[in-house]
Amino acid sequence: MNVGIVIVSHSPLVAEGVADMVRQMVGDEVGLAWCGGDPAGGLGTSVEAITAAIDKAWSDAGVAVLVDLGGAETNTEMAIEFIGEPRASLIAICNAPIVEGAIMAATEASGGAPLATVVATAEELSPL
Amino acid sequence: MSESKTGMTSDDFRSLVVAMAAAIEANADRLTELDSAIGDGDHGANMKRGFQAVLGELDQLATKPVPEALKAAGMKLVMTVGGASGPLVGTLLMTLGKELPADFDRQAFVMAYEKAVDAVAARGKSHAGQKTMLDVLYPILDAMREGADPDEVAARARAAADATVPMLATRGRASFLGERSIGHMDPGAASVALLAGVVARTLQTHQGA
Repeated sequence: MNVGIVIVSHSPLVAEGVADMVRQMVGDEVGLAWCGGDPAGGLGTSVEAITAAIDKAWSDAGVAVLVDLGGAETNTEMAIEFIGEPRASLIAICNAPIVEGAIMAATEASGGAPLATVVATAEELSPL
Repeated sequence: MSESKTGMTSDDFRSLVVAMAAAIEANADRLTELDSAIGDGDHGANMKRGFQAVLGELDQLATKPVPEALKAAGMKLVMTVGGASGPLVGTLLMTLGKELPADFDRQAFVMAYEKAVDAVAARGKSHAGQKTMLDVLYPILDAMREGADPDEVAARARAAADATVPMLATRGRASFLGERSIGHMDPGAASVALLAGVVARTLQTHQGA
């Protein structure tokens, strides 16, 4: 079972667009879900929507989450905490640019790599 | 809710939430304006949405012991605010609720508050001096430790929020602006100072503290 990928952006259009690119470039071998927008439908992120996206992309091999700006990361951390163990330690946030990171992570995941490798591959894109 | 050592009753808690929500609503435009200057311009609207959601559950919250009510209110903020301030202010309240005994005095409150502020710092991966709400949360802790009365605590909070104006932001969205973040008050700091003022006024009205 391959690692799943979740895209979390402040904008639902960005999140869906990144997911489209992943589907087209990587294919259907990885669980994939996206979310974007705050609970009122404006730009922002929602803990509830992030939790649902993680559930949707869930794999027992783990889930790698790609986020855009500040609140997306904080809200994802919150969602992971609420999900709790044992699943929480199978969910990782990638410190990587959202578009390139998602594609690299999904490509690695589609080959059956473990979560740590998927995350490391996405993070190779990040300036230290 | 039973009477506790602080004398915080169900009515006090109710008044506090109502007053906080009203203050956030009355200042939502100002907070959003501050956020437009150095952030993404949604802080006031986000906080308003969160506190209105808490207000909507007030009847249910008021039936719980204060620590439980704080946890539930924090959770509500996390789920409804949408921006980064939801998890931050939510973490403050949830940690307070987790750390407070059912029956708490001032000393227990200060100890719980310290853990709550540290939890906010951990959540935001931040520390004092980065032009964030922590630059008001920590001065409030210092004031309480020094035995300041609620009015003094609120005054220190306001002064601390003012002191974020000349600061250079090194965490949060404002940090993207670098030097251009100087000269504006941090919106999170402004919110926390506003809420501290509300807490001080409510405590005084209800307890003659």
